[in-house]
Amino acid sequence: MTNHWIDIKNADAVLIMGSNAAEHHPVCFKWVMKAKDNGACIMHVDPKFSRTSARCDFHVPLRSGTDIAFLGGMINYILNTGTWFADYVLNYTNASFIVGEGYSFDNGLFSGYDPARRAYDRKKWDFERGPDGEPLQDMSLRHERCVFNLLKKHYSRYTLDKVSAVTGVPPEMLLRVYKTFCATGKPDKAGTILYALGWTQHTVGAQNIRASAIIQLLLGNIGNAGGGINALRGEPNVQGSTDHALLYDNLPGYLPLPRADWQTLADFNSVNTPATALKKSINWSVNRPKYFTSLLKGWFGKEATPENEYCYSLLPKGDDGANYSYLEMMEKANNGEMKGGIIFGVNPMGSFPDVNKMRPALDKLDWLVCAELHHSETTDNWRRPGVDPKSVKTEVFLLPSAHRIEKAGSISNSGRWILWFDKAVEPEGEARNFADIFVPLLNRIRNMYKMDGGVFPDPLLKLNWTEKFDPEEWARRINGFFLKDTKVGDKKYRAGDLVPSFVNLKDDGTTSSLNWLYTGSYTQEDGNKAKRRNPEQTPMQAKIGLYPNWSWCWPVNRRILYNRASVNAEGQPYNPQKPVIEWDGSKWVGDVPDGPWPPMALDEGKLPFIMNSDGYGRLYGDILLDGPFPEHYEPVETPVSHHPFSDQLRSPVFRFFTSDMNKFAAAADERYPIVLTTYGMTEHWCGGGETRHVPDLLEAEPQLYIEMSHQLADEKGIKNGDGVLIESARGKVEAIAMVTVRLRPLKVMGKTIHLVGMPFAWGWTTPMCGDSTNRLTLTACDPNTSIPELKACCVNVSKCEKLTEIDRPKKDQK
Amino acid sequence: MSKAILIDTTRCTACRGCQVGCKQWHNLPANRTYQMGTHQNPPDLNPFNFKLVRFNEHEQKDGTVVWNFFPDQCRHCVTPICKDVADMAVPGAIIQQPETGIVLFTEKTALLSPEDVKAVTDACPYNIPRYNPQTRLLVKCDMCVDRVNAGLPPICVQTCPTGCMVFGNREEILDLARKRLDYARQRHPKAFLCDAEDVNVIFLLAEDKKYYYKYASFA
Repeated sequence: MTNHWIDIKNADAVLIMGSNAAEHHPVCFKWVMKAKDNGACIMHVDPKFSRTSARCDFHVPLRSGTDIAFLGGMINYILNTGTWFADYVLNYTNASFIVGEGYSFDNGLFSGYDPARRAYDRKKWDFERGPDGEPLQDMSLRHERCVFNLLKKHYSRYTLDKVSAVTGVPPEMLLRVYKTFCATGKPDKAGTILYALGWTQHTVGAQNIRASAIIQLLLGNIGNAGGGINALRGEPNVQGSTDHALLYDNLPGYLPLPRADWQTLADFNSVNTPATALKKSINWSVNRPKYFTSLLKGWFGKEATPENEYCYSLLPKGDDGANYSYLEMMEKANNGEMKGGIIFGVNPMGSFPDVNKMRPALDKLDWLVCAELHHSETTDNWRRPGVDPKSVKTEVFLLPSAHRIEKAGSISNSGRWILWFDKAVEPEGEARNFADIFVPLLNRIRNMYKMDGGVFPDPLLKLNWTEKFDPEEWARRINGFFLKDTKVGDKKYRAGDLVPSFVNLKDDGTTSSLNWLYTGSYTQEDGNKAKRRNPEQTPMQAKIGLYPNWSWCWPVNRRILYNRASVNAEGQPYNPQKPVIEWDGSKWVGDVPDGPWPPMALDEGKLPFIMNSDGYGRLYGDILLDGPFPEHYEPVETPVSHHPFSDQLRSPVFRFFTSDMNKFAAAADERYPIVLTTYGMTEHWCGGGETRHVPDLLEAEPQLYIEMSHQLADEKGIKNGDGVLIESARGKVEAIAMVTVRLRPLKVMGKTIHLVGMPFAWGWTTPMCGDSTNRLTLTACDPNTSIPELKACCVNVSKCEKLTEIDRPKKDQK
Repeated sequence: MSKAILIDTTRCTACRGCQVGCKQWHNLPANRTYQMGTHQNPPDLNPFNFKLVRFNEHEQKDGTVVWNFFPDQCRHCVTPICKDVADMAVPGAIIQQPETGIVLFTEKTALLSPEDVKAVTDACPYNIPRYNPQTRLLVKCDMCVDRVNAGLPPICVQTCPTGCMVFGNREEILDLARKRLDYARQRHPKAFLCDAEDVNVIFLLAEDKKYYYKYASFA
């Protein structure tokens, strides 16, 4: 989140799109309801009318996978009606930047496309640059190649009629959302966007979010109270685990993963330290070498010296162009290129896409280690239905893991707040938390290297490691230490003292930190700030529900990111009723600003978007692999054969796998005419591996269902509660029909398109409740993130007279 | 001072925290249930579910969808008719705690004859009492009398994330209910309070009870 949970209450309009907030984040609805109480309009744009829609002012059904068309229409509306926030757009975004002549867009393709590589040469999209290397600007916005005019040109194609034809949303409904949300383009109004996996799990997932960023920048809704782009993170510590590099392409604090062509620390730093000649730009990432060296000092301690480049050579390096996502891993397993694996905290044989491919692929491993609370479809894959366990060679080790209430530590919530929790009860039996599994495991491996030697022992033996896990100790290590006596202002710190802020981290080996974003969370002065529960606030902070003394949030306890964009050049809030920060003539008050520099109008003033090297919010950018502007493409499996925006039906660069097992239905394949979208629900946690073992939750949601409209049910002769067989190009699934007015057929490109929805919370290890919905879904991914397109594929449905996966009450059994 | 609960259904998201919390606080076993084409599960109140979120959906003339949620439970009537009926057969089977107004089914309900059980059940305007054939007890929501007597809100109220359920002294809750009604009527002109004068668990509905549950309101 750019903002935080409480801040939702400050919004004048709430657009919930790509999220079922009330069902997946039930507590957040407390703040959505407060916004509603304050007069905000709450809108839900989603294929299905859900419990979220029930509490919104209105719901707009759209076809799954057409969000960019919907949002592109909104961008066009903003530019046509002049509802953009002119001062903000001109001064804080790159609207005035002049794009180079290499950029073009023709019939669905941007310039630089190489069909053989299915990739773009992004250099073609660069700005026109002056002698200092900085982009040229035209503050009059008249230049035909300035970002603002290219944006206008690109989205002028997203007319109401075309958007309506693709999304299935009638024009008057589109206008209702556009008008309501774009009314927040005024300086003293704010609109927030809440999204989740409904936006990310598409082959155009990252571009869905880019489209929302363009809208929020045009409306001046980034940095202010009640605004922002707010990703509702799922499992409560998804935020914390990504901060600490759960994902394969980065290191803690979102530092890039070293690559094979960056063999030295100097190489790494030269590639990853952006420069700018713009005086007004802070270009915060110029500090990366300090964070990276401190991380290496944290990892390798005294072994890390300037002479050995702080042990940089011991880090694994990614091969150029290689992808290490979980789908790639499974592809490798399938091809016999992987011998063994460790799967913790996830149930991929239920929740990965296309599990009919994944399940036999896992059989090809020699060994597998799982740590779980319960047996799952993954731990027990070797004895799944239809498979003779004797035929599976994999040796499976199942370690009993502790529940999260059986351990102490921190959780980082969606608003980036780091909250400490205590151990409530001891783990039962031999169960251990993950750290108490990993630490002794690594110590054994270290001992083996010590005793027996090995080809390359240094990465393990030189680690600044521990004998026994203590969460407080690791919270301190994450924050970081001074490694020699240091003076900060008037204050003296000794070697071994905690570093008070990331501005004190150094690239000369005199500080350590396992995550620069968390530096300041555990200090010499205030101890473990994740434990703070003090509701004190100033009257100004009270106006927007800001609680700076409650827990701590990264970065530097700044509760609303890019808050320098919430004030004008003089440092005065655009919305005086809901001020985030304010310049009082000598200093900032309110939230922690993005740096101490004075407002823009003063000589030392700085631009608000400090993480971008040029300091401006990006309406146009060359970061994403699939285009500088979001463009509508159909999902990989689509019920239509063409769309009105171009002849490029699907994303030209979406990722997919080429092995025999990956099958996609052709566009408008008559065998699979119905759009399927998949989702979770309140009562079960993701794939249900934990919650299916909680009897009261299984009582409330016992078995797999398929939600469908009355119209589709009538067409197929299916009644509410009947068994249904769902088929895609990849598999078949049984479910119980839930026939409802909450789904409806949509008019798309002149055709009637039906849409069905299924949760993915059940699996065969819970008897007769249904097996994984992901036997239907496909392994096509976003090129930027490798997230699979779980939200849209094509299926057919028929009545199923004889269910084999789901049992029925006795009186119904024949 | 009687205690009361307001259940403002215009704020309910049907997260079912109340339904599950109730089972857990009362240590009630789970029923074996089946998906029968609705989220509402178990299908009805039963000896092991004193609180149940009912789901009811309909499409309006203009094509918009309405989905109503009704977290059903005993209303703890100001003058409980179930108690009057039970008193004629087994005094003490149903009692009302004087200081809180909470209506309680006691172990003496096991002494009620099958006819008495039917009479008590039929007398309830809200279709609440359930008979457990194993224990021969008549059971229902006890408003978490143990928690209330210890100064805590009932577990369903404690669990509610959106402020749909509020617990307090009857007069305060009535005041709040009227305020909430005024507010709800801005969006839902037909909103009303169910039998507010006669019950201590007061539901605020956005529209006619037929769009919630036939026993949602007596009047």
